[in-house]
Amino acid sequence: MRDTNMDRIRYQVMWDRLLSVVEEQAQTLMRTAFSTSSREAGDISAGVFDLKGQMLAQAVTGTPGHINSMARAVVHFLDVFPADIMKDGDIYITNDPWKGTGHLHDFTVVTPTFRNGVMVALFACTSHVVDIGGVGMSPDGRQIYHEGLSVPIMPLAVAGEMNEWLLNLVRANVREPVQVEGDIYALAACNDTGARRLFAMMDEYDLENLDALGAHIIEQSQTAITAAINALPQGSWKHSMRIDGFEQPIDLVANLTISNGIIHVDYDGSSGTSDFGINCPMCYTEAYTAFGVKCVVAPEIPNNAGTLDAITVSAPDHTIVNAPHPCAVVARSTIGHMLPDVIFGCLHQALPDRVPAEGTSNLWNVKLGAGHGITKRTEHDATAFMLMSFHSGGAGARPKLDGLSATPYPSGVRNVPVEISEAITPIVVWRKELRIDSGGIGSQRGGLGQTMEITSREDAPFGIFASFERVLFPARGRDGAGAGATGQLRLGSGENLRNKGFQTIPARERLIIEMPGGGGFGDPKARDPEAVATDVRLGLVSAEAAARDYGVVVGENGQVNSPATAKNRG
Amino acid sequence: MSDGARLAVDIGGTFTDVVMEQGGVQESLKILTTPEAPESAVLEGINEILQRTGINASDVGLVIHGTTLATNALIERKGARTALITTDGFRDSIEIAYEHRFEQYDLYMERPQPLIERNWRFSVPERIAADGSVLLELDEQAVHALAGVLGKAGVEAVAVCFLHSYVNPDHERRAGAILAAALPHVSITLSADVCPEIREYDRMSTACANAYVQPMMAGYLIRLETGLRARGLDCPLLLMMSSGGVTTVETAVALPIRLVESGPAGGAILARNIAQENDLSRILSFDMGGTTAKITLIDNFQPHIARSFEVARMHRFLKGSGLPLRIPVIDMVEIGAGGGSIAAVDTMQRIQVGPKSAGAAPGPACYGNGGTAPTVTDADTVLGRIDPSRFAGGQVTLQPERAAAAVEREISGALGVETNVAAAGVTEIVDEHMANAARIHAIENGKDMVGRSMVAFGGAAPLHAARLADKLGIDTIVVPQGAGVGSAIGFLRAQISYEVVRTRYLDLREFNPDTVNDIYAGMRAEAASVVRLGAPDEPLLETRGAFMRYRGQGHEIMVSMPVRALAPEDGVAMAGWFADAYKQLFSRTIPNLGVEVLTWTLSLATDRPGAEPAPLQKVRHHPEPQSQRRLFDPASGAWIGADVYSRAELRPGAEIQGPAIIVEDETTTLVTNGFGATINALGQVVMTRGEERNRA
Repeated sequence: MRDTNMDRIRYQVMWDRLLSVVEEQAQTLMRTAFSTSSREAGDISAGVFDLKGQMLAQAVTGTPGHINSMARAVVHFLDVFPADIMKDGDIYITNDPWKGTGHLHDFTVVTPTFRNGVMVALFACTSHVVDIGGVGMSPDGRQIYHEGLSVPIMPLAVAGEMNEWLLNLVRANVREPVQVEGDIYALAACNDTGARRLFAMMDEYDLENLDALGAHIIEQSQTAITAAINALPQGSWKHSMRIDGFEQPIDLVANLTISNGIIHVDYDGSSGTSDFGINCPMCYTEAYTAFGVKCVVAPEIPNNAGTLDAITVSAPDHTIVNAPHPCAVVARSTIGHMLPDVIFGCLHQALPDRVPAEGTSNLWNVKLGAGHGITKRTEHDATAFMLMSFHSGGAGARPKLDGLSATPYPSGVRNVPVEISEAITPIVVWRKELRIDSGGIGSQRGGLGQTMEITSREDAPFGIFASFERVLFPARGRDGAGAGATGQLRLGSGENLRNKGFQTIPARERLIIEMPGGGGFGDPKARDPEAVATDVRLGLVSAEAAARDYGVVVGENGQVNSPATAKNRG
Repeated sequence: MSDGARLAVDIGGTFTDVVMEQGGVQESLKILTTPEAPESAVLEGINEILQRTGINASDVGLVIHGTTLATNALIERKGARTALITTDGFRDSIEIAYEHRFEQYDLYMERPQPLIERNWRFSVPERIAADGSVLLELDEQAVHALAGVLGKAGVEAVAVCFLHSYVNPDHERRAGAILAAALPHVSITLSADVCPEIREYDRMSTACANAYVQPMMAGYLIRLETGLRARGLDCPLLLMMSSGGVTTVETAVALPIRLVESGPAGGAILARNIAQENDLSRILSFDMGGTTAKITLIDNFQPHIARSFEVARMHRFLKGSGLPLRIPVIDMVEIGAGGGSIAAVDTMQRIQVGPKSAGAAPGPACYGNGGTAPTVTDADTVLGRIDPSRFAGGQVTLQPERAAAAVEREISGALGVETNVAAAGVTEIVDEHMANAARIHAIENGKDMVGRSMVAFGGAAPLHAARLADKLGIDTIVVPQGAGVGSAIGFLRAQISYEVVRTRYLDLREFNPDTVNDIYAGMRAEAASVVRLGAPDEPLLETRGAFMRYRGQGHEIMVSMPVRALAPEDGVAMAGWFADAYKQLFSRTIPNLGVEVLTWTLSLATDRPGAEPAPLQKVRHHPEPQSQRRLFDPASGAWIGADVYSRAELRPGAEIQGPAIIVEDETTTLVTNGFGATINALGQVVMTRGEERNRA
């Protein structure tokens, strides 16, 4: 029997509207945020929840680190402040890495919203503030206490009055008090925007509460993701990947099981915790695991409570992917960004020709600074500054496409224009160019890394807060393809720098950052000779590498020398 | 303006529209665009309209022209062989862009390819710092050497973009002079001329795009001007710009990139004019055609001008999937939702509409041209909203049974709902998506929908306007006449204008009125030199703005500035104006935070009076409907009877009660049962929501 009424259609319209509500909420946050990572990189999150803390809709924003993690955070808030004691005008806040989104720089703010005196929903949002005290955005800290101010779940506002004592405490503990306070205000404001839009929808559709709509959203999503998982080959697959780490290399090991509508990823076998701030709390491990799996299995299904439990994650205690308090965690993305590659290694066995090769994956963010306590005093009055700019090496080749050059995955950040960075600091970027021959060879070539060369305009040293991966262990190719080039950090005069930790660039020296390439996919000797010739013509691959690695001889005229190529390829 | 005849010509992808206006009377025609030599359709259309109207070529006082040629060249990558010369170390900036994936979950995403391939991108030693000082002198020998290489390679256009040229263009100018001397037949674009703004990727992208279309546009415009002269049209030829203003051929040849999207800009100007005629101070302009819908918010008869937009978005109209252009442009949101947009059901049993379109061929299933996918037009047909025998003036006889079969096959089965419910679902979802896009566009600009009216034009808009208005809380909708040539009519209403934008960083703590006054004086002189070409002695209206932000924030907001010399105390006043604008956008200000200015804007336009409000139509009458149709009403989920009227026969003062449909050659206006409609003195359909009408 077919429906003759419009109920189904109305539910979909309201669901679409709810997704639009959280999109407006997120837009408001991005436009008012201060920290570079929030406004340029979209390192924010916004969502709406029912009174049990079940997430109904989440905005699609720049970084996946808040997927599932923010969804679970609201439940932690409700554990401390049950819904029945929340009042109109209350706002709650935390930056607890284990209950929020993985490091102290992320504040999560939850606002209960009241319509006609009745609480109808909770709005939550997260953003990355510019500073939280401690050692700064550098993995040099040994414990969470080194990394800055902790704010346990507490009120940010009570009955409409901002918690001035808390704001005072925050201002006193961070390097950029005005901007951080501005970011906290922005978080509160975006939840208000969400609430206003929600009320308009409830008025239009004459809704008293979100119960029926929430049930519809969760059920449809759950059904869809279960069906998507059940359509996959069932079984278990294991894969491991070695990365640089801080004091020693780290093994990331995933055991992925597909069965009964659930994908479970267990990280048993992964390395133990680090003494430095590259540890990853479980919530962040869950976020990047869920993201990696969803990209392959169900990219079109929105995140909500119905999809939350379809991808489950476990890891032994005290491993790098399940680091407990008081481990230092500020650079938890070092691990988190690598997890999709490990998951793809498992899925490639189950689903050949669906997942990319390994990529640079971890961002090559350039964090520079100078000033008291950072660089040594010089005879000149050197300008004090801090700069954070997001950059990426090459991504892994895809089964039928080359890898993207200088493009992030899994993170989705944007860089800061060189002209903007130079306008607000004394640095000069002399080169920012693709790195020839850095893409892993394969029938599909890995994405190229890029090279940056940086000096100070002043006769003064500056420091780099390094947190770079794929310097020792490259992004590997798949199915006979080659690895991407490893990255490198060095001075113009030749000295190599460490890939992790704070280091000083002496006055008048040039800092050279060479970012890694992505892994290739498939046999390089099977790459279309015309594609190789194009790469040579564009200067992405040298003629020598074309002949040596691809067996393709490209003449002076840029054309393939077919007889020589045939001979070369055998 | 004189009472002389005026011509407007709009070249679109398929049709070239020609409109002649004299003494308030319009005559229009459509003729197929001739892509190989666009001027031939233009000239043929002008010949024909001169014949039809009996007007002498010598009596035509003005020709205003808009064209998608530049846009199409960018989309289809059919521009000139273009080279880029930039600062050593930056030849990949145009490709590296923002290092951004615009589609988070798509593992197979491709980034937009730059217009200029890597082997046509060159660099020379030189470097200017952020404060304009020279870190490394320009290596002129390197430029000379490159000129030789480019000449041999047969390059047709060169874009020069050096770092920080927006603050110090000396090196660009010197390089440009060397190239011009060595390559006299090559078009040279300097980024400091096209887009003197900070952010190297955007500036480089804009300069490359300008260079890329320049030889073609210059050739076309000169051929057109010659052709017009040969036909005795000695009057001025003005070009429509994306900003909604018009400019001279001379400026258009130098900065052809400012001509992109002139058609949609004409539509927005038309909407503004209709707002004036109906005295509606806050409107939403809604233009829905075959593949996309465009929504523009116009307050106080002034379309909002944005500084940038993206051309040639290749992926679902997503931000970041196109090429950024930093030019003044009427701010509008474009959605992949039109009559031809295809509907499908996804894995979550949700109806998805667009952005894929059936286009004109094969077109919607009901055209009977082989299309099998259900489209928005098919859904409208199933719901009884379109008279199958009178679609497109009867040129296409729709086949409702094919529409129903397509909806049944692709939607009803998957959802387990009746065909009519499925069709209603398609229209509801497309209307909802347009409403959501409008709301997000509004929030991005600190505006809302409260108290707004709508102007609806384009083939599909009048069918969807009433339901969209429901969703946005809009009570009044105006459907103009001649919606099919709306952009061209809009051209006739545009002012001669020019916008200048300059990046000059200013921390308000260091405010010096002389500095700011000097900036504006320079900008005014530049704008005047352009506007005076087209309007030698008319009074001009100047508007000023500053893009300001809290110190350290990532996005600037536009703050209106007074048109007068600033005094020392205005530094404090500017902080206050910024705070007011910020509060308007985000509901609160942030205490104790410094304010900075990044960019200054100045616009100069002729100050011609706007349209007079239409006289009130006091005498009302109730026309007899021609026939009756059955409509499915999504709001109630029931079939209802509707009266059918022919628009051509409706006279001013006619009053119609919804549900009704008003049919004309180019479109159908759906008056839902919540609305009534009257025909005003200008022949426009004015729909008003029931409760509002009763109150009036």
